[in-house]
Amino acid sequence: MQGFSYLLPYDFSPLTLLSYMLVLGLYGTALLRMPESDRPGSGRIITFVFGVMLCYGVMQTRFDYYSQYMFFVHRGQHLILHHLGPVLIALSNPLPVMRFWHQRIAPSVRYWLRPLGWAYRVLQQPVIASVLFVGLIYFWLWPPIHFDAMLSRQLYWVMNWSMLLDGLLFWWLIFDPRSPAITNALGYGKRILLLALVAIPQMILGAWIVFSRGMVYDVYEVCGRAWPMAPETDQMLGGLLTWIPPAMMSIIGILIVLRRAMHEDGKFPKRRSLAGESA
Amino acid sequence: MKQHIWLVLGLALALTGCSGDQGNWHGKDISGLMPELEFRLEGTGGETVTPADSRGNIRLLYFGFTSCPDVCPTTLTDLRRSVRQLPAEYQDDVTTLFVSVDPRRDTPERLASYVDFFGDQIVGLTGAEPELRKLAKRYRTTFGYGESDASGNYNVSHSSAVYVFDRTGKARLLLRPDLSPEQVSEDLARLANESRS
Repeated sequence: MQGFSYLLPYDFSPLTLLSYMLVLGLYGTALLRMPESDRPGSGRIITFVFGVMLCYGVMQTRFDYYSQYMFFVHRGQHLILHHLGPVLIALSNPLPVMRFWHQRIAPSVRYWLRPLGWAYRVLQQPVIASVLFVGLIYFWLWPPIHFDAMLSRQLYWVMNWSMLLDGLLFWWLIFDPRSPAITNALGYGKRILLLALVAIPQMILGAWIVFSRGMVYDVYEVCGRAWPMAPETDQMLGGLLTWIPPAMMSIIGILIVLRRAMHEDGKFPKRRSLAGESA
Repeated sequence: MKQHIWLVLGLALALTGCSGDQGNWHGKDISGLMPELEFRLEGTGGETVTPADSRGNIRLLYFGFTSCPDVCPTTLTDLRRSVRQLPAEYQDDVTTLFVSVDPRRDTPERLASYVDFFGDQIVGLTGAEPELRKLAKRYRTTFGYGESDASGNYNVSHSSAVYVFDRTGKARLLLRPDLSPEQVSEDLARLANESRS
């Protein structure tokens, strides 16, 4: 019984629960109804569901309570919402599912959804995407903003959702399964460049938090901690979580993209000319 | 996705908009960030206390526990000093609500003798742990218990800030522990003056 209560949300958000149910529902329905040839394998399905459930877990279980009252747990929560969860979702390649639903949207609806497509293309411009990715981390960790976000329930939800949505956008751009040789997906070189570029400001921010002598985020002091822990320890652990794992994820991302680029080397004979056109 | 960017942009604007008049207060302006004062707790005489009992007054909400070694007594002493520095007409317009988050040790009697030490405009409150958790959650704070030592004493982590509610019960200010009694007094006088007129 005790263990079960840890799975219940600390701050129940019906909208969040509905969104996750909708995503899993749409994914499951598409899997059942799509032709066998398009269906992702079990490994990909497990990766997708695991990524989604990981994000759900940090938003709607007891984990959320600790994220609200411990800085380092909060950093862990954002590591999952902005990095790990979206990375798993993007790597699981849900493209067939998205295509399945895209084909089923009525043309009139598709017409009205066009602004969404435009916004998507703007947000996926490499410069905008990486500035947004790093900018959101800096924005929510800017001490006065962070203070307000932890005090206000509405802001707190906006913060977590914005991190998740931005994480999905960025990592989808990086791990887009379509080859840049035959589609207009971002080139592998640019993807690697972005991964390296976004790692640097995150390392600087994390290191700055770790080595700050004073209390940078006093909101946890002001609002009480989940258990008595030295504020310096909490801040240092939080800084380390902002610094090391995201840097590692950038490196892992670079390796994955490199591997893909090497696999495709020489696979598409017209690659050079096409790549030249799309650049 | 488009909504999300608008949300962020709007938010950035709203926040910079707020910071404009923040400079006038010594405390942190929390208008609109937190819900109005609402609780149902047990007073030191065993009676039920709600915000209605102190309506019309400025309320200072503070979470603590009576075995608190230094933070709570310092805060409560400073608050009393701030209230005493107010203009005479406002002296009786401020009620301090001291909520003990350690109901296991803080019996109503113990709480009564503790708060009496800090003047007569302070109300000691406590309740069952779920009730206290509910109130703490409402104001985005929490508390936790440390390990007991050999003699059964344990530490309690709790908010170190004071929440200030105006006469109508709206959340207005958050007083960080680094403010001086003079600064707190200035804020309280302004608040008392503003809501009376």
